[in-house]
Amino acid sequence: MQIPSAIITLVIGMVLVLGGMWIGQNINLLPIDASVNAPIYDELFQVLFTIGAILFIGIIGLLVFSLVRFRRRPGQLGDGIAIEGNLPLEIFWTAVPAVVVLFVGLYSYDIYDRMGGMVPLAHDHSAGMTEAGMAEERIWGGISSGTVDAGVVDALPIEVTAMQFAFLFHYPDGDITAGELHVPAGRPVTLRLEAKDVIHAFWVPEFRLKQDVIPGQPTQLSFTPTRPGRYPIVCAELCGPYHGGMRSTVVVDEPDAWDAWFSSNAKPDLATEMATSETANAETAPTNT
Amino acid sequence: MTVALHPDTGTERSPRLQPTGWLRYFSFSVDHKVIGLQYLVCGFLFYLIGGALAGAIRTELASPVADFMARDVYNQVLTLHGTVMIFLWIVPVVNGAFGNYLIPFYVGARDMAFPRLNAVAFWLIPPAGLLLISSYFITGAAQSGWTAYPPLSITTPATGQIIWILSVLLLGGSSIFGGINFIATILKLRRPGLKLMQLPMYCWAMLGTSLLVVLSTPVLAGTLVLLSFDIVAHTGFFNPTLGGNVVVYQHLFWFYSHPAVYIMVLPAFGLVSEILPIHARKPLFGYTTMVYSIMAIVVLGLIVWAHHMFTSGTPPWMRLFFTIATAFIAVPTGIKFFNWLATLWGGRISLNSAVLFSCGFIVNFVLGGITGVALAQVPFDIHVHDTYFVVAHFHYIVFGGSVFVIFASIYHWYPKFTGRMLNEDLGRLHFALTFIGFNLCFGPQHWLGLNGMPRRVAEYDPQFALINQISSVGALLMAISTLPFLWNVVHSAFKGQPAGDNPWNALTPEWLTSSPPPVENWIGEAPLVEEPYCYGVSPDQFDLAATSGSDLWSSGK
Repeated sequence: MQIPSAIITLVIGMVLVLGGMWIGQNINLLPIDASVNAPIYDELFQVLFTIGAILFIGIIGLLVFSLVRFRRRPGQLGDGIAIEGNLPLEIFWTAVPAVVVLFVGLYSYDIYDRMGGMVPLAHDHSAGMTEAGMAEERIWGGISSGTVDAGVVDALPIEVTAMQFAFLFHYPDGDITAGELHVPAGRPVTLRLEAKDVIHAFWVPEFRLKQDVIPGQPTQLSFTPTRPGRYPIVCAELCGPYHGGMRSTVVVDEPDAWDAWFSSNAKPDLATEMATSETANAETAPTNT
Repeated sequence: MTVALHPDTGTERSPRLQPTGWLRYFSFSVDHKVIGLQYLVCGFLFYLIGGALAGAIRTELASPVADFMARDVYNQVLTLHGTVMIFLWIVPVVNGAFGNYLIPFYVGARDMAFPRLNAVAFWLIPPAGLLLISSYFITGAAQSGWTAYPPLSITTPATGQIIWILSVLLLGGSSIFGGINFIATILKLRRPGLKLMQLPMYCWAMLGTSLLVVLSTPVLAGTLVLLSFDIVAHTGFFNPTLGGNVVVYQHLFWFYSHPAVYIMVLPAFGLVSEILPIHARKPLFGYTTMVYSIMAIVVLGLIVWAHHMFTSGTPPWMRLFFTIATAFIAVPTGIKFFNWLATLWGGRISLNSAVLFSCGFIVNFVLGGITGVALAQVPFDIHVHDTYFVVAHFHYIVFGGSVFVIFASIYHWYPKFTGRMLNEDLGRLHFALTFIGFNLCFGPQHWLGLNGMPRRVAEYDPQFALINQISSVGALLMAISTLPFLWNVVHSAFKGQPAGDNPWNALTPEWLTSSPPPVENWIGEAPLVEEPYCYGVSPDQFDLAATSGSDLWSSGK
């Protein structure tokens, strides 16, 4: 096998790597980030995109070069060179992808850990979310499932019920039931998701979070919204004819605006009590990361 | 090494009282070549049906509102599209069609190990396909997607879902029969003196694929039987209201359906490994590592199924294990791609339609593989799971991978099938339209998925309208691209330039007999081909009849 001289290979390799890094840094294919998870996710995306771009351009470049350089010209006859293998070369291109894949795997494990995904499945300890008899009910964790166990005390509990073809949100504190999800920016939220009929999925693209909502199997999903705004909640699991129409909105409010929304919607007896404690929390709670 | 027990099995059967000429393609023939072409043509007809369904989907998605068809019809169409394309087109064709046609040649046999079982395996397919399509006209087809996840598959109209299960069971049975036959043929029918490590690469690919088929398809069959009990007899295996567990279904389903992806692409890898050396006039680079990489893909392919379930509430350790296992499939797969590139490097490449489609496959599959490694990463997958990103990735693997290779293979082996050449200009036009249309259709869908468009929807956020329209235009181009192909294969069968026995000057065994081959493959003894890829080694192995050049045996430098 005729390999171009080392210096040319090195230069091409460097241009490729630098080009790939430029592409990874400068081409953004993702929507805006609106949760604590999202920037961590985008970091991983950038790394994957950079590596992918380098590999893709490198391999396709090699292919196109081979097709042009080694094409059969008119009148040219005979075979190419009879080379059946090259052990060092094959070891090289087995080892390099293995190292890259291992790096990517460990890196994404780290990302996953930072997102809170590696906390074991929780049992439901959170007061007010289930009846006392159900305390040992197994909760199936989505990403960030461990936030509650990790000692975040001021997480806002919300119960999500998914059914054909709507999401229903219930706030146990304040006994609010709503068709839109209202959450305050900067405060951790813990969703307890249940499905009434078939499998649905709760997906907020701007949060980079998705969790299947599975009948007969309550699941938990935690996140911390960061950027006020209105974002779509999309059902991502085929759930019947109106699956495409099963959309809702998550409204991320400034803490003050959310308090106002909460007080005006909460059941009267709880409203005053909760509103004061929520305000206190919102003021003192550090941004959870 | 194993010595073939009955290298001339065919001669021991009773005299053939079967139709000859074109009529035999409509008969219950036991000739592996006839069965292979029956698989191919039957599969292609279903491809046209599946393509028409895809056209209906892309027409619906050309606008953000659900205005082209009723929403439940849309779900029927997408379920039928997925089922037809996987179970009636790609799996039967890359395995059944080319496997049946080529494997007996490659092992030096006169037929498959079990010729009658082979005919049964094929003849299960047309009725199963007609059954599946007919469900649309009876009470409406299944509408829970090709994955048929309960409880949706239990709660949607039962008749369509039951017919879907029956037809998939028939097709699964066909696959298993075929798989057993391939394993037996490759291991037991080899011509005496032919060692395993001398087999053409497609044999290894089919051996690996058949192992996957035999190990995993029965699991799917059992799962679907349980699902049908849930639907008909109201048992509670997967029905949560009766104490069933829907995630168990997902585990069982993906235990087959992830390997199914390798059942679709491993044979394609094998076919490309046959095509490239011949047209690059070079030995297949790294034969031994190619064999090991196939077997590594088989082993890894069986232990990665849960990566389809990262959002289903699987435990963290499981997510980590399946992330690493899935990502590691990229290593043996990467080895194959580097080996193909090295096969091309320094060759004398004829840029004909077979090579163009093979290289199109490499481009598409590299992209599909890269997005596959990304999807294996749990945090990445959680955002894009069940979105158009996955649709794009999957189509880059199975359309950009398997279907491109099917076309490459048709251009490559058509002279063997018919004794006539296909028209090269029409072939290049077909390639250009398919390649551009394909990338226009599925490329932008990566962006759609990343930005919030879920899959399997009839209506979507209007902000995605433009990209969906581009995608639909790409689909239209792909539909148009089949026209030159259809004209080419039909016209060339009668009017094509006569090909001669070995138009590519190939060294693999099927080219060392007449085109089309005689009933039992060879007149007289089957040739013993110990070196199927020794291009460029010595002058006497090249057919000198048509050549007069002076640089005939100069090296490729």
